[in-house]
Amino acid sequence: MNASLRRFLTNPKAVVGLVILMLVVLAAIFAPVIFPRNPWQMASRPFLPPFQDAKFWLGTDMLGRDILAGLAYGAQISLIVGVASTVVAVVVGVLFGAMAGYYGGFVDDALMRVTEFFQTIPTFVFALLLVAILSPSVMSIIIAIGVVSWPPVARLVRSEFASLRSRDFVKAAVVLGQSNRQIIFSQILPNTMSPVIAMASLMVASAILTEAAISFLGLGDPNMMSWGYMVGAARTVIRQAWWMSFFPGIVILLVVLALNLVGEALNDVLNPRLARKGRQ
Amino acid sequence: MSSPLRAVLSRLVKSVAVVLAIVLLNFLLIRLAPGDPASVMAGQAGAADQQFMDQLREQFGLDKSIYEQAWIYLKGIAQGDLGFSYRQNTAVWQLIAERLPATLLLTVSAFIFALIAGVVMGAIAAMNAGRSLDFIISVVSLVFYATPLFWIGLMSILLFSVYLGWLPAFGMMTVGAGYTGWDHVLDVARHLVLPATTLGLFYMAVYARMTRASMLEVRDMDFVRTARAKGLKSGPIVRRHILRNAILPIITLAGIQAGQLVGGAILTETVFGWPGIGRLAFDALLQRDYQVLLGVFLITSVMVVIFNIITDLIYRVVDPRMGASA
Repeated sequence: MNASLRRFLTNPKAVVGLVILMLVVLAAIFAPVIFPRNPWQMASRPFLPPFQDAKFWLGTDMLGRDILAGLAYGAQISLIVGVASTVVAVVVGVLFGAMAGYYGGFVDDALMRVTEFFQTIPTFVFALLLVAILSPSVMSIIIAIGVVSWPPVARLVRSEFASLRSRDFVKAAVVLGQSNRQIIFSQILPNTMSPVIAMASLMVASAILTEAAISFLGLGDPNMMSWGYMVGAARTVIRQAWWMSFFPGIVILLVVLALNLVGEALNDVLNPRLARKGRQ
Repeated sequence: MSSPLRAVLSRLVKSVAVVLAIVLLNFLLIRLAPGDPASVMAGQAGAADQQFMDQLREQFGLDKSIYEQAWIYLKGIAQGDLGFSYRQNTAVWQLIAERLPATLLLTVSAFIFALIAGVVMGAIAAMNAGRSLDFIISVVSLVFYATPLFWIGLMSILLFSVYLGWLPAFGMMTVGAGYTGWDHVLDVARHLVLPATTLGLFYMAVYARMTRASMLEVRDMDFVRTARAKGLKSGPIVRRHILRNAILPIITLAGIQAGQLVGGAILTETVFGWPGIGRLAFDALLQRDYQVLLGVFLITSVMVVIFNIITDLIYRVVDPRMGASA
């Protein structure tokens, strides 16, 4: 592990990605300390352009709200939704993939048809529908993104399980009288984790993009400041105030880019064999 | 029965099953909404009195068992009845049919742009692997891969429409201009440039990365070395041997991603005021017009299924091995 860790930390992609992520995590944690004022409240005059007032570097929006404060608070929801929905997707995907790959036969067929179905439907439209029907909140957004993102995990875990299940260490566990559940979770699953971890960091990136898109369309949690919401609110005044949509977009881009870089670096280190495929 | 025919048939059977499953999912989704569906719909119609709700209950068979309800719903869909939008006082099917051509024009243009630009970029990167041109293309695709689509749209409006004044930013044609013939086509084309590019850039990045990886993989294979040993020039080798094989995974990917393209169309049409079903879905979303949303979900799903069949057929045509055996 230490050798892999060193290789990971000396990978330039990983370093750039981790530095950006660290800044965003710090911004999210310390947002209430740095910007004690509620980000929804008026802070200065409306439509203050950026780089003119030292107190409001990035300017204010049409209601005089501080853009920089909005970005810091927006980091919270992006990270929460990104990580939580990925956890949901990984849990569902691992369960589906493990069962399909381990049991094979009819179970495999049935579970894989369900997986294919979820890969065929237009996922973003489905996620929007779920959020609209469950009514917009952080919880419903997490569920919606989780529900549409698990199929790739299931396919990955299934193929790993299918190839590991006939290995000697699994046979040994069967001879020792371990139950199927023990074999699945304590024997095979730990061996499939490295590609799953690399995939998960890429999934956080796409979950953040999806959350931003949902909030952009006005379906975000009405109580939480979000980057996507900020861009969406700026849409109608784009001619008067370019900065209102420019900065939140740049932040989304940087975070997603950082996560993709970390994901690729993890792939390079954890699965050198798959490294090239991971870059697709 | 010959095997290609059997493959196509099994593909069709599978597609029908998928469409049926989507219809059932749609049926369950409306029942997932908080509260009684009748009161949800009555609320949308703006009349929540008892008589109207009873009428709705009877119309949708809400007093019957869930299986009977599902059967009624399925029969309706089979007859082309996607429900009624009380908000817009129009049949959902009609709303969608009016807007479908605009969405098809947008998504197909974006897809063709992404495919051509992506494959060309990926091929250039692969042929210059390790050099600075490769690095530049890789960085560009990495950035477009990470940029929110709706933000690219807004920024391109700002740049090309507000500051430079080159291209229109809104709608599908110049309102009130009354162009006909070629002028009309050119007018629509000018309106199409920004939305189609916006929607296509992400996929361009995906295809560029994939083409590059896939070409580098194929480049070292035996049949390429054989072609070289035969004395073929590098142009035909790249086109006929490397690219034709390298493009196969891209076709597969394009089929898988068709659904995402539709999702991207919602964002693009919202940003550019493009009068397609994405814009319709956005309006329905704001008004919580579930019937329209479910209709859009069903139609876009069917579009994806059809697109998957098409990519499957294209794959069979392009795959050199398939060509040899048929």
